[in-house]
Amino acid sequence: MKALTAIAAPVVFIGLLLAAWETACRVLEVPSYFLPAPSAIGAALRDNFPLLAQSGWNTLATALWALLAASIVASLLALAAGLSGLVEQAIHPLVITLSVTPIIAIAPIVTIWAGLEHPERAVVGLAAVVAFFPIFSGVLTGLKSTDPDLERLFDLYGATRWQKLTRLRLPSAAPLILQGHKVAASLAVVGAVVAEFGAGSGGSQGLAWRILEASNRLQTAKAFAALFVLSVMGAGLYALLQVAERRALVWWRGR
Amino acid sequence: MTVALTSVGVDYRGKPCLGPFDLAVAEGEVVALVGPSGCGKSTAMRLLAGLEQPTRGTVHRTTERGQTSLVFQAPTLAPWMSAEANVALPLELAGVDRREARSQAREALGRVGLGAAAETRPAQLSGGMAMRVSLARALVTRPRLLLLDEPFAALDEITRRTLADDVLALWSDLKPAILFVTHNVEEAVYMASRVVVMTTGPGRVAGEALVEGPMPRPAGFRTREAFRRTAEAVSGLLAKGMEQAA
Repeated sequence: MKALTAIAAPVVFIGLLLAAWETACRVLEVPSYFLPAPSAIGAALRDNFPLLAQSGWNTLATALWALLAASIVASLLALAAGLSGLVEQAIHPLVITLSVTPIIAIAPIVTIWAGLEHPERAVVGLAAVVAFFPIFSGVLTGLKSTDPDLERLFDLYGATRWQKLTRLRLPSAAPLILQGHKVAASLAVVGAVVAEFGAGSGGSQGLAWRILEASNRLQTAKAFAALFVLSVMGAGLYALLQVAERRALVWWRGR
Repeated sequence: MTVALTSVGVDYRGKPCLGPFDLAVAEGEVVALVGPSGCGKSTAMRLLAGLEQPTRGTVHRTTERGQTSLVFQAPTLAPWMSAEANVALPLELAGVDRREARSQAREALGRVGLGAAAETRPAQLSGGMAMRVSLARALVTRPRLLLLDEPFAALDEITRRTLADDVLALWSDLKPAILFVTHNVEEAVYMASRVVVMTTGPGRVAGEALVEGPMPRPAGFRTREAFRRTAEAVSGLLAKGMEQAA
């Protein structure tokens, strides 16, 4: 019963919202370039589905490449910072600066660096910048979250630095590393879209480009359809990682 | 003698938190260390384990690396490892062949009555069972010195009593020297043949009491006149130690 309510409540709420939206559009005769009715968005989604699916895949691929790149770089840097206080002190201000910089502001520069003929590289790079911080912070916090008594035991048993890293600190960090990646994955999708806007080129052909293109042509229903694909994709990726995280934690904790 | 602290003192950020303090534990002896919270019991234990250096005084030890084991108030098990892997850890870290380490770990788990729980993860164990795994891990290296830092403090009364008897039974097998830190007077008198009482921090020795009677303890030991008299004496020392500081 409880599970049923949990599913039914949002479905009913969203259904009511859509019905109100549809009714309002029809009764008030809102022009469709201003606010299309849900039925019109549905039609636009149906008519443009192959194109939107392809663009959605492009954006998703960008996000996944960015996630991979961010994961490698952020994990290695966090590992270095976790092993040496000096490294941590040295890179910390830079990492903070990078994390508070709006990528839209650095997009033009990164586009130049990536080469104007390779906007897709710039987009991956920019999305990776967005995904970097949660992974870095997850890995570093994880490496520092070791049970101090367990660490004392490792000292007592004469564990080497390498043994402490591989048999204690990395496994201890696993839950926070997973969490960092989960947060980073949704940010990578957001980052990919923002970067597509920022890099400002049709060469990348992602969902952002579809939204931009449709808006410029006042095909608002199509823009909404692209937005819909984007949110389904983002939520889907998050849900997938949530399940993966839960499974991994069950394996880690044994229940 | 396995280990001795001579006039040791430890300061944290310039503030004395232990000492001057003396303590020696003889080969195969079970000593209980009792004192009020914050008197430096755990610090003394870390000195004995060699995990910390004293600010003043000397630590003398005849044990070699790997001959000292430590059990904390919490079971302190790695959640991502099975009970057996946790117990095998000290051996594996010391370079013992994995298969050999695992087989010794199984044997140690058997000694604490958990032979069937080898594959179980810590999260699936009760508090008492997790503490037994922790004890098995401490014993698997056949230590000459076993340091127990309030190991039963988080457990219920029945489990505490059972575990106290288990520890003494294990002790009579391997005869390690044991230092048992607690702030429970009755537990101290039950477990140890000698009880050292500390003053309020910075902890010094307020006095000590010898406990008569056989080890491990026979049934009904807690109701014996000698047990009660010693517990009274220890309580008296504890009160005196707290007054002196006040």
